[in-house]
Amino acid sequence: MDIAAPHSQFELKAGTFTLPLLRLLDTNMDAMAEQLSDTVEQAENFFHNTPVVIDLNDISGITVEFPMLVGLIRGHGMIPVGVRGGTTAQHEAAEMMGLAILADNRQSSRTISRHKSDSKSGSRSNSQSDAQSNVVPIKPEALTTTLVNKPIRSGQRIYAQGGDLVILGQVSSGAELMADGHIHVYAPLRGRALAGVKGNENARIFCRDLQAELISIAGHYRTSENIDTRLRDQPVQIYLEDHILRIEIF
Amino acid sequence: MARIIVITSGKGGVGKTTTSSALAMGLALRGHRTAVIDFDVGLRNLDLVMGCERRVVYDFVNVLNSEANLTQALIKDKRCENLFILPASQTRDKSSLKREGVGRVMEELSRGFDYVVCDSPAGIEHGAMMAMYYADDAIIVTNPEISSVRDSDRMLGILAGKSRRAETAATPIREYLLLSRYDPERVQRGDMMSVDDVQEILSLELLGVVPESKAVLTASNAGTPIILDKESDAGQAYSDVVKRYLGERLPHRFIETTKKGLLNRLFGE
Ligand SMILES: Nc1ncnc2c1ncn2[C@@H]1O[C@H](COP(=O)(O)OP(=O)(O)O)[C@@H](O)[C@H]1O
Ligand SMILES: [Mg+2]
Repeated sequence: MDIAAPHSQFELKAGTFTLPLLRLLDTNMDAMAEQLSDTVEQAENFFHNTPVVIDLNDISGITVEFPMLVGLIRGHGMIPVGVRGGTTAQHEAAEMMGLAILADNRQSSRTISRHKSDSKSGSRSNSQSDAQSNVVPIKPEALTTTLVNKPIRSGQRIYAQGGDLVILGQVSSGAELMADGHIHVYAPLRGRALAGVKGNENARIFCRDLQAELISIAGHYRTSENIDTRLRDQPVQIYLEDHILRIEIF
Repeated sequence: MARIIVITSGKGGVGKTTTSSALAMGLALRGHRTAVIDFDVGLRNLDLVMGCERRVVYDFVNVLNSEANLTQALIKDKRCENLFILPASQTRDKSSLKREGVGRVMEELSRGFDYVVCDSPAGIEHGAMMAMYYADDAIIVTNPEISSVRDSDRMLGILAGKSRRAETAATPIREYLLLSRYDPERVQRGDMMSVDDVQEILSLELLGVVPESKAVLTASNAGTPIILDKESDAGQAYSDVVKRYLGERLPHRFIETTKKGLLNRLFGE
């Protein structure tokens, strides 16, 4: 039976992403936990919500406690998306934890280049291996702005990936805002605000009433005790100048 | 279809059970068929405050495990025929609270009642999550102190993300603030947060301010919801709360200090 397709809801396309690889050298989860904490502590913003791929090439065939590993990685704010290398048994264990099995580099780049020369309609005839090599979250490529018109409560976390974040409600202490671009808050900002979390030093924070617990631009941060009390409750903009965080009253 | 109301807070001992019993009784007295459920599995005390602890045969967990049906477990209040209590179990553990089972009970209650009041346990663990999951309205019980306000704020964040209404992108849960154990004199002395101080952080629709009152303990020891004590200020405050919840617009009482001492009169404004 043939069903006439209405206008299509999506297009399947290829996209290449450079992702950090977590290359496992050993499978001792306690030691892993320790090293992860140390690493993440040094550059918390970098790892925040970053998708990572687990590389199994060096421990091929060795049993990995995937539930533990995935928990550890997530616990440090990263998003484990898949594994690379390893054996079928390892792949099965990884799949149990919702991880994708990613083809190795060489194969995937070949797939991508073929795609580039494909016509648009070619995306319909994707083969199984194409689909597999691109199992990575697809994010909008253009800069997007996220607008939230509700209060952000303690414990809530908003991340504007790939763009700016505009908040119209108040941000409670214990709440956390993050954006790859700028952050605007048109109400009291009492929580944490981290702009340019992927390292954009041109990102800025604008807020109507500064009472923040922590502000950060591209990893240069300041906690509330280090913010001049004269700036409290003021409308300010926060930016980096020669790697120094500046807070300026509007 | 009933409206499901969760009485929640995050923090313990702030007056959730007191509020649940008062609100349920108040709604029932105004002619609405009302059920009140104790979600505090393992630490039940709603039945004590409602004065029906010696009539418990089956409990919420029995119903969830299909060991009894709702009609068997619901206890009819002796003072008001519109009011029914579903007690918690003291012996079972919280893991019996499963989302599907709770949903089934809520659905069944929804058919026979106008309001279902869910008395949440403290914390943000499983029991509290189950109590709020199916809610249409949430009453956040808060004491005028920073730790309670903070916990309430946190609870509001969870409500905004982890309820059925949030997950199905339906109209969000209606959120109300109930400020309890308020002591206007301590507020005036500056050692308690004022209504405004609390609202600066929470900014919610204020359902009422219940004053600190010895009558509350006396009433719960006697197994009488405080709302039945019409002489007490706390009882009156809860009557206002019920009316406001049902849509009446009333000025807030019990916010100002009542007895002005001599010094106050001389040196006050
Ligand atoms: N308005 C009030 N004035 C004085 N005591 C109160 C008041 N509200 C609650 N209490 C007391 O506080 C304690 C905790 O109340 P309860 O309703 O059980 O809180 P929760 O259910 O939040 O743990 C009880 O002893 C109760 O009598
Ligand atoms: Mg209680």
